[in-house]
Amino acid sequence: MSEEIYYWQALNRAMDTEMAADDSIITLGEDVGLYGGTYRVTEGLMAKYGEWRVRDTPISENSFTGLGVGAAMLGLRPVVEIMTINFALFAIDAIINMAAKIPFMSGGQFPMPLTIRMPGGVARQLGAQHSQRLEHTLMNVPGLRMVVPATPQDAYGQLRQAIHSDDPIIFLEHELLYFSKGVVDETAVAPPIHQAMLRRTGRDMTCIAYSQMVLLALEAAEQLASEGIEMTVIDLRSLSPIDWETCVQSVQQTHHCLIVEEDCRFAGAGAELAATLQERCFYFLDKPIQRVAGLDIPTPFNGKLEAASIPRTKDIIEAARRLVSSAGVQS
Amino acid sequence: MDKWHMSRMLRDMLRARAFEEATAQGYAQGKIAGFLHLYPGEEAVAVGVLHAAEPGDYVVSTYREHVHALVRGIPAQEIMAELHGKKTGISKGMGGSMHLFDASRRFLGGYAIVGETYPIALGAAYAVAYRRLPEAVICFFGDGAVNQGTFHESLNMAALWKLPILFVCENNHYQIGTEIHRHSAITEVYKRACGYGIPAEKVDGMDVLSVHAAAQKALERVRSGDGPQFLELDAYRANDPIAAAIHEAESGYPNPAAMAAAGPDCISLFSAHCCREKHLDETDIERMRQEVQTEIDAAVRFAEESAEPDMETAWSILHANRRYETLMESPE
Repeated sequence: MSEEIYYWQALNRAMDTEMAADDSIITLGEDVGLYGGTYRVTEGLMAKYGEWRVRDTPISENSFTGLGVGAAMLGLRPVVEIMTINFALFAIDAIINMAAKIPFMSGGQFPMPLTIRMPGGVARQLGAQHSQRLEHTLMNVPGLRMVVPATPQDAYGQLRQAIHSDDPIIFLEHELLYFSKGVVDETAVAPPIHQAMLRRTGRDMTCIAYSQMVLLALEAAEQLASEGIEMTVIDLRSLSPIDWETCVQSVQQTHHCLIVEEDCRFAGAGAELAATLQERCFYFLDKPIQRVAGLDIPTPFNGKLEAASIPRTKDIIEAARRLVSSAGVQS
Repeated sequence: MDKWHMSRMLRDMLRARAFEEATAQGYAQGKIAGFLHLYPGEEAVAVGVLHAAEPGDYVVSTYREHVHALVRGIPAQEIMAELHGKKTGISKGMGGSMHLFDASRRFLGGYAIVGETYPIALGAAYAVAYRRLPEAVICFFGDGAVNQGTFHESLNMAALWKLPILFVCENNHYQIGTEIHRHSAITEVYKRACGYGIPAEKVDGMDVLSVHAAAQKALERVRSGDGPQFLELDAYRANDPIAAAIHEAESGYPNPAAMAAAGPDCISLFSAHCCREKHLDETDIERMRQEVQTEIDAAVRFAEESAEPDMETAWSILHANRRYETLMESPE
């Protein structure tokens, strides 16, 4: 059953598979119906499942996300699509004050089987308002979960798991990943939704990344291997919760840790990773944990400046070389 | 309306008043903490609307929701225990005064962020309509909530998809301390619903019989597939001396004495009506008063004597829904 398909197709198949199996699953958002979704993720679903299950909404992010919350309280399993994470700022109240709080504030009376899909990330010269990575804003909210699939296989498996989950889940896609290709085995047993995966193992250092940055880290690892530096690449797959065991185990073995994130450096996911890993691995580390991250600047429109504002493969390679090359630090 | 229904409504109004008086007292004594939003004066609204509802209907409420919850049927002791932050509270002490929830009675919660009740009602009604069920969703909000974006977003979608929602505006003329003519360009709230093609009516919210009749008529239309309906209920909060003392203590809040209506109280009005029509007499009403007071006193004792929840309970609630952590062992 393995087949090479696009990331968007993998999401589309996950939706289709789940919707066919369970009529409590509905999806809604701007242009998800007749148009088939901005990134084609809901293509063909309206024709198959009808407009009550695939609902084109007005441009009202706060209320249609809140609609998903209310419908989930009655036992539906809504998949809300927000066209981009930038527009989710209008829905922050529905996400943070409602979806994340209701199961808790109700003393556990109302589970929240709600999936909120949205792409983030810097694409190609879309300007500062359309090039945000706001995962740090949402991963900090207790009661919410966030998954960040980097491959079509994970897009497929994790979306199905998110739909099955009774927790509210932010399903963070990446604008540049929709048209990346990969092998998807629909019959494969998916690992737990929050589990991090070793994409490559190497003895010299551990690189932790997520979403689009995993692809860059793997590219860097290839180049570094040719120079004799063997880098482990961990794909986090989930930013809330984080699979600390996988990270700690690897860092304890390699003694060097580099974190790569596209989000701005200040107070981001990388900061959380570095802080917790130094608490848990301090005596195993040969050098301070390093971060390669986006600059703390609104994304410039200019193409060259835009590219320089987020990590590039060469930035990862240079940081990795610095991390492992200094005299006296290698064990 | 027969005698039995009349006396049930009056009893609920008296229960509501007694409950809130006990609540105010508990707050003044420091036994209830946090924010406290009291309902005295507006009982005709909650009682009139909720007595027109069916057990299968859903109710979405605001942060001034003790009485909505009580009239909906949540036992007084479970509400009072929640106000005290106790483990035996309806939300296990995790919600508090502004976050009462009861899944079994289809009480979808009290919401403390103004303007949140509309999208919740929208989603509940969407689920009902999708399943083609006969239920209605009752969505409460105040006059101060109609200037949030969600009001307009949600009314638009409710009308667009003909969702079964009864929007109920409790117009008590104040947005916290700001009077309606200072916060709204259009002070007749029902007119705004007309902008979305939603049938709307303004009713005297101090007269429980008018409220009940209007709610019943509107709910019939909702149930017959006519789409959302809108009621604006004109009401005033009572000039309650204990509430006044609490509010004076909170800086920035005006004294409710200045906000209260000059007109008579809704409970006095309805009591007089019941006596005039010979449904009840003064003795009946006095007995009723004593009965509800006994119930509320017991609720206070229950709340005070209940245990506090522990942190372990809090964590277990947060993670209650994680049972699917390793789901999908063998996808088909």
